[in-house]
Amino acid sequence: MENLRKLSAVEVSRLITKGEIKVIDALDSVFQRIEESEKEYHCYITLTKEQAYERAELLQKQMDAGEMNGPLAGVPFAVKDNLCTRGIPTTCGSGMLVDFVPGYTCEAVRCLEQAGAILIGKTNMDEFAMGSTTQTSYFGETKNPINPEHVPGGSSGGSAAAVAAEECFFALGTDTGGSVRQPAAFCGQVGLKPTYGTVSRYGLVAYASSMDQIGTFTKNVTDAAYVLEAIASRDPKDATSIKRNDTDFTAALVNDVWGMRIGIPKAYMQEGLEGDIREAVLAAASVLEQNGAVVEWFDLPMTEYAVPTYYTIACAEASSNLERFDGVKYGYRAREDKLHDMYRASRTMGFGTEVKRRIMLGSFVLSSGLYEEYYLKALKVKRLMKQAWKAAFSRYDVILGPVTPAGAPKLSDSLKDPMQLYLSDVYTVTANLLGLPAMSVPCGVDKCGLPIGLHMVADLFQEKKLLRVSYTFCNQERSLS
Amino acid sequence: MTHFIDDSTLEGIELLSKLTLTVEERVQAKKDMNRMLDYIDKLKELDTEGVEPLVHAVLEEKYRTGNEQNGEAFQNVFREDIVSEENFRDNLMQNAPESHEGMLMVPRTVG
Repeated sequence: MENLRKLSAVEVSRLITKGEIKVIDALDSVFQRIEESEKEYHCYITLTKEQAYERAELLQKQMDAGEMNGPLAGVPFAVKDNLCTRGIPTTCGSGMLVDFVPGYTCEAVRCLEQAGAILIGKTNMDEFAMGSTTQTSYFGETKNPINPEHVPGGSSGGSAAAVAAEECFFALGTDTGGSVRQPAAFCGQVGLKPTYGTVSRYGLVAYASSMDQIGTFTKNVTDAAYVLEAIASRDPKDATSIKRNDTDFTAALVNDVWGMRIGIPKAYMQEGLEGDIREAVLAAASVLEQNGAVVEWFDLPMTEYAVPTYYTIACAEASSNLERFDGVKYGYRAREDKLHDMYRASRTMGFGTEVKRRIMLGSFVLSSGLYEEYYLKALKVKRLMKQAWKAAFSRYDVILGPVTPAGAPKLSDSLKDPMQLYLSDVYTVTANLLGLPAMSVPCGVDKCGLPIGLHMVADLFQEKKLLRVSYTFCNQERSLS
Repeated sequence: MTHFIDDSTLEGIELLSKLTLTVEERVQAKKDMNRMLDYIDKLKELDTEGVEPLVHAVLEEKYRTGNEQNGEAFQNVFREDIVSEENFRDNLMQNAPESHEGMLMVPRTVG
């Protein structure tokens, strides 16, 4: 039982399918772990133990009858609390939605349940996915299981921590500016954000609709490929969902990068990047080179414009998306006699500081007279960035770098300066702006023992290149040690 | 032109955002927002004359896997106006802060 929870998702499912263990054994292993460690780490907002065990009973019957035998069947998983789950509170880490219980389930979770995986709880997150530390959650902070004095990252910190703490076998998060990749890096997990449009956003509470994507937290690259394969779909309920004919991501789990061209942007490896992280990234590049990849440094223009472009667009879209929280149909309602007062008071009392900050900035850059100067300008810069990156992808299969400029900060002093936090998104936001697939893979630890993440970005629809490179890298890492 | 958020601008922003800040929050908000705006002003360094705004990052792509053209270009996703989900009202009303016979109750809107 102790050892079960250390297995990967695919490994544990295989044991269940072969009949060597029961579905309930997998559940017991994580819930036992949750008993031990959840009080300290606080990865979850809601646990659905009863429903999970009920589901396990049903699933066992199906599996015994040979009706359910996919690679994720019987696997307990967790989901970030901005993904709607029917009958289960979905709070987005906010006081605004403390009592909100959706009457429907998000498409990605539906896909996983159809594949036989078992939802065991909703994980902690920065409020409405706005943040990089999970400390803006209405429900309190999550601790990094690798070192509990440090943040797990954000905004999907709960999901990353739950996998790292072995409180589930894999988890879903969402990535709008790096919110899957950064916590994956901080917690030593594999984080994958697919091409925009690959995973349906139906049931995902919107933050920035042109950039939001559901992503995966897994213990290894193999699991990432299997989970992504399960949740990728053309969903008519999401108008931005794309029909893809190449979602057999597991076919990319190949130990071979011979001839692949890997580019390292010089701009990403300069001052401001912690020494340990630089060394780890360079060491990783060297491993890939030893395996036949061609690694080159190159000049990637426009990198200094990524963060301001991202925050302009993200805040603008957020200000629009969060208009719906006005106390009328759902969520917190303040008692006021006049309608507009009710809107204002509900929002003022329901939202936290960071959310208000971004809504206000967003309203400002969209306001008449300023729209062209700020929002439209950012969209034009986005076009220029796309041109720069398209040129880069004509030369390289994968662009390599660090996920973050520094290791996970301490819980006690991470929120002192919001600007500092925003700047630390420098490596991740471009993938969101341009809809590109990107991954974070563990590539070592720093002097304090905190995990370091290796960041890889590929061109649109090229997840298989990312999977190939990361699979090869992780295999080499294992054989080296 | 570098904009500067003063008290009256902030009042306008609060109205647009439907938020009410406390006196202390206003002091901090002006500081934070002005800092952000200074940073965002960096985009003004770029000449974007004649550049088309890029709204949808994936819209213009016909995508390929390997060497073949695969899949379909982004296209109009309108569907026929046929009701596919019925009797959803009770489900949706479950989260209503105040309701009456299947209708949302709110403070008086007219008069």
